Amino acid sequence: MRIVVLVKPVPDPASGGERLGANGRLDRAAVPAVVNGNDEYALEAALKLTAAAPEGSEVTLLSMAPASAPETLRKALAMGATRGVHVTDPALAGSCAVSTAKVLAAALKQLEFDLVLAGVDTSDGLGGTVPAAVAAYLGLPFLSYAARIEPDEPAGTVRVRRISPTGYDLLEAPMPALISCTQALGEPRYPTLKGIMAARSKEIATRSLADLELDPSTVGGAVATTQVLATKVPPARGATEVVRGTPDEGATRIVEFLAQRRII
Amino acid sequence: MSGDLTSEERLLQATAREFAIRELAPGAIERDESERYDRSLFTKMGELGLTAAPLPESVGGAGFSYLGWTLVMEELGAVDMAMAVSLSVHLLSQYPVVAWGTPEQQARWLPAMLSGEALGAFALTEPHAGSDAAAIRTRAERLGPADAPEGYRLSGTKIWISNAPEAERYLVFATLDPALGSKGITAFLVEKGTPGFRFGAHERKMGIRACPAAELVFDGAEVPVANRLGGEGEGYRIALSALGEGRISIAAACVGIARAGLDAAARYLTERHAFGAPLVEQQGLRFMLAEMAREVAAARAVTREAARAKDRGEPIAEASSIAKWTASDAAMRVATDAVQLFGGSGYSRETGIERLMRDAKGAQIYEGTNQIHRLIVADEVLRSIGG
Ligand SMILES: Cc1cc2nc3c(=O)[nH]c(=O)nc-3n(C[C@H](O)[C@H](O)[C@H](O)COP(=O)(O)OP(=O)(O)OC[C@H]3O[C@@H](n4cnc5c(N)ncnc54)[C@H](O)[C@@H]3O)c2cc1C
Ligand SMILES: Cc1cc2nc3c(=O)[nH]c(=O)nc-3n(C[C@H](O)[C@H](O)[C@H](O)COP(=O)(O)OP(=O)(O)OC[C@H]3O[C@@H](n4cnc5c(N)ncnc54)[C@H](O)[C@@H]3O)c2cc1C
Repeated sequence: MRIVVLVKPVPDPASGGERLGANGRLDRAAVPAVVNGNDEYALEAALKLTAAAPEGSEVTLLSMAPASAPETLRKALAMGATRGVHVTDPALAGSCAVSTAKVLAAALKQLEFDLVLAGVDTSDGLGGTVPAAVAAYLGLPFLSYAARIEPDEPAGTVRVRRISPTGYDLLEAPMPALISCTQALGEPRYPTLKGIMAARSKEIATRSLADLELDPSTVGGAVATTQVLATKVPPARGATEVVRGTPDEGATRIVEFLAQRRII
Repeated sequence: MSGDLTSEERLLQATAREFAIRELAPGAIERDESERYDRSLFTKMGELGLTAAPLPESVGGAGFSYLGWTLVMEELGAVDMAMAVSLSVHLLSQYPVVAWGTPEQQARWLPAMLSGEALGAFALTEPHAGSDAAAIRTRAERLGPADAPEGYRLSGTKIWISNAPEAERYLVFATLDPALGSKGITAFLVEKGTPGFRFGAHERKMGIRACPAAELVFDGAEVPVANRLGGEGEGYRIALSALGEGRISIAAACVGIARAGLDAAARYLTERHAFGAPLVEQQGLRFMLAEMAREVAAARAVTREAARAKDRGEPIAEASSIAKWTASDAAMRVATDAVQLFGGSGYSRETGIERLMRDAKGAQIYEGTNQIHRLIVADEVLRSIGG
């Protein structure tokens, strides 16, 4: 099983989240980068799938990101990915989701895979549109909101349990296919110490726009379809009131609280 | 502070931090309260590879620098000193096997310890010999011809042995003849379950209560010559060499305690209001925070410098003593101030702040008391001037 996992470096949410520069773009120097949380779940799913059928298996990370990305991708390699492909080019700064999807699709054309796994969305951009767009550009079946992934290699198909408002949908598609992954797939592992050491010698190949079969004038900041005009931090939440006591006392206090605010 | 770390070291630090917060923090107060050693946590440390982190790849370790190891210990110490000490002692009982063991001994003894299946302990202290370790009385009697012994019979009592009785593997120091002083001391690898080897009283401790410590009783326990580590009479040197590394490790965990006290106190002072303003607006308290931060920074600096010296292959007697003495004193002072800044809730056993203080105290005593470190440092100073 050959799996490509799409991973985006994002500002570490534990360090207080992202800050934007004057141009509306992310100020990457301000906060350390980590692999997008959902992408770690996608990677975990990929590692479990390949471990179940190790023969000829590999997990390739694909990221379109600024030059500093390899440092961030190391952790994903330490978790067990086989190698990384890093697409980076000054012209890509300020890319919108459309450009990102075009570039990722062009990079995927140069890779061999049975499955592409992506996160359902990112903790910074939160668009949730890139995976579907990549699938559309490549004409791949797109299976979203996966809570379970069951490939059938001999049959050349994959089944996905998709989270739905009422439970699960069961989807099946021929491989290769692109799947967007949820946290229901299971907690990502820690990189083991041996994994960290082994990652030192794993390759991260760099690709520029010129390496891709793509008209460079159709992607990048210059042709962005969206532009960030302003961002606002949500107002700080008011003081939290913790109600302690018996369930009856608690219920009484909560009812009072809601009534005071005319919610009930 | 992390500018000169390699990318592997930074990843190691982040992994240890995440592990400490996710796995160790949740039950730390409860484990301390009930004096409960959670073996499954040690097993998880093994799965992650922490149990083999600073040991060379040639023996199956992960091959991290000792500087990297101090990053791990700082993260663990900041959250759960009991588990940090348990792991540190586990490593302490492996270094001598790496440095002095025959290939056969390494192959037999290390794999289960590296992987975290077997827990190790280091048994030197006795009722009559703590600081004066050369005065130990546990006897090792030769079995078979004196010039080609087939084994040894051990008799005597060890006390304060961390990780006992949980541990499976004991590095035990015994003397062929107390009259020989340090030259009679010899090291042995002893397995739990060896006939004639049993456990005595459990130590009832002030701090690191979730890390067990117990008495070992040797009542004619026989060990084959294949379990003698190094030569006869080399035990004292073996013990001292391992303690140098162990001291840096404990120092780093103490930096963690101090950091935890500082962070908690800083947060508390910004949240707690009194006299109509957050406490942090009191200059007197801000000065305390600044002094605590200075302690943390200084302790971290000497600890990492000692680790770098070890990584460079330099002698570490003085640097490791300075690190352990400085960092454990820093941990004690910062933890004491943290309790003070938290007021009554710092004194409560429910916030985990007084635990920092109890945990710090022990580190001024084990792996050489801080008085003994003064003696070592003075010796090194005098040696350096040819005195
Ligand atoms: C030089 C450079 C600068 C950039 N600057 C910014 C910036 O300032 N702000 C910003 O948000 N983005 C930036 N990007 C990245 C890119 O523009 C965004 O990834 C894109 O807008 C996706 O938006 P999203 O976060 O809403 O993705 P979503 O649609 O929410 O992402 C869903 C999933 O798609 C995959 N995915 C998304 N983006 C990428 C990617 N880039 N590489 C690999 N997989 C991906 C992941 O699996 C992710 O979980 C930059 C890229 C480059 C090369
Ligand atoms: C929590 C904990 C865990 C431990 N774990 C282990 C373990 O795993 N393995 C192990 O072998 N031991 C262990 N020990 C034992 C520890 O190493 C000894 O307690 C320590 O070496 C001190 O020895 P002692 O208790 O006999 O005190 P003593 O040596 O009797 O010292 C009493 C006091 O006198 C001072 N003193 C002694 N000699 C001098 C001197 N020459 N000059 C100035 N002052 C001096 C000491 O600093 C101390 O303040 C542990 C101890 C503790 C508290």
